[in-house]
Amino acid sequence: MALLEIRNLSKSFGGFAALTDVSIDIAQGERFGLIGPNGSGKTTLINCVSGTLQNERGSILFDGAEVTRKAAYQRTRGGIARSFQIPRPFFSMSVLENLMVPLGYVVHLNNRNSETEAMGILERMGLADKARAQSSTLSQVELRKLELARAMAARPRLLISDEAMAGLSGSEVDEVLKILFDLNASGITVIMIEHIMQAVMRFSQRVVCLDAGRIICEATPAEIVKNPEVQKAYLGA
Amino acid sequence: MRFWIGSAVFVALASAVAVFVRNEYVFFATYTVLMFIVLATAWNILGGYAGYVNFGTPAFFGLGAYTGAVLYKAFALPLGLQIAAAFVMSGLLGLFAGVLTLRLRGIFFAIATIALVVIMETLFINWRYAGGATGLQLLRPAPIWPFQSYITMLFVVMALMVVGSVAIARYIERSWIGRGLRALRDSEEAAECSGVPTLKLKLFACAVSGGLMGAAGAPMPMYLSFIEPASTFNLNYAVGALAGAMIGGTSHWIGPVLGALLLSSVQQIVTVTISNEINVLVVGVLLVVFIAAAPDGIIGFLRKWLSSK
Repeated sequence: MALLEIRNLSKSFGGFAALTDVSIDIAQGERFGLIGPNGSGKTTLINCVSGTLQNERGSILFDGAEVTRKAAYQRTRGGIARSFQIPRPFFSMSVLENLMVPLGYVVHLNNRNSETEAMGILERMGLADKARAQSSTLSQVELRKLELARAMAARPRLLISDEAMAGLSGSEVDEVLKILFDLNASGITVIMIEHIMQAVMRFSQRVVCLDAGRIICEATPAEIVKNPEVQKAYLGA
Repeated sequence: MRFWIGSAVFVALASAVAVFVRNEYVFFATYTVLMFIVLATAWNILGGYAGYVNFGTPAFFGLGAYTGAVLYKAFALPLGLQIAAAFVMSGLLGLFAGVLTLRLRGIFFAIATIALVVIMETLFINWRYAGGATGLQLLRPAPIWPFQSYITMLFVVMALMVVGSVAIARYIERSWIGRGLRALRDSEEAAECSGVPTLKLKLFACAVSGGLMGAAGAPMPMYLSFIEPASTFNLNYAVGALAGAMIGGTSHWIGPVLGALLLSSVQQIVTVTISNEINVLVVGVLLVVFIAAAPDGIIGFLRKWLSSK
């Protein structure tokens, strides 16, 4: 059975149809890539999945249970965690405290245990030396790592990484990729939204390409780059 | 522990002053200062921790005052019960107003809370039993032993309310609730996606904040022996509560205490020595000075100063 089932999902903003009739099944343990040109509806789709947006039509099932009308915090507690494309750290808190929010609210750890676990996550992310730093002082790269670290602190079963690698250098991309591979190996299903093709292609077992709110292709990474519709969407040719 | 010792010393000192000092005016003036400490502390729970700027202080304060007055007129309830009832009524108003307005953000939320003040004032202007637009005269009962007058008793009651409200604010700030509120102040979406039930927390903050404002208002009719809508629902309470918290600093419970203490004391002094009109100007001037020179308030300024030494 699929871990996440998106059935006939549609979302519009006023008269603009951002998503039309999107259906995707994602299996437990899968590494799933979501690509598409700017404005194709990738972030809208994962906003609907994570609950920060409500879809008008269609339904979302997580682990067999309907979550369509559930609030975002309930979905996070249910096991769906995400990072944000534009980092949204809790600026008034230290890096460590940022992680202690989900550790307290989702995992229900007390302060001491959540500090220990948060330090563990920060070490894996290579952010341990910044644990006590105010999150407003972080660099762009560190902010992106913090986004992922905070999502991981919710101990998710499904992790949605929304352009976690945008703006990173080659070696940093490798670093983040390795983290995502490790997470996947530990049993977490990962949805990766990314513009860095080489990263998506290396990471994903299956890729869906969105264009203007519709799925235009679903294939393996090797096949999708050869698909004429995908080439047209990206190159406009 | 230090907090509770400090609180005990504060209340003991206030009680000693109440028993030994004979000048009534001292109590009359300090009562107002203490009341503004409660209001600023209450304001900070929603405005500071959660970042929802609330101009509705007079609505909560006024409902609390009228709850006290009406219950006294109808059943001659003792002051303690008036305060408890005012806390509940204004807390419920906070919950109700929160459901309607907390989906709004920033300036829109602030505007909605101003509307709340107008609605409450209109309501009480038209309620004849509560005195309507002309107001209601109330005769104070005899003070309870060992107090010499009702005003000194109200002064000690307000001192206790300062301790109570600061203890509640401090608890919220340090608990998981405070962390959740700060998270949603920084980013509501990120907080939701970190498992924080943002709407529930905001409603809780709005209810507690409103309830404490109501409690602070409950003794007001007794303090003045009179209540009427125009001065009870006066926007000066909104500005005073907000400015106290801003001037002191919103990130720590001591901020609103220091801010309100400074602002309200200066206002009292100016009222007596210069004029009652200038006292409103003081708020504006102090607010501008602090926003320009110390945007994080007194505590922000102190922190910077201590870390630079």
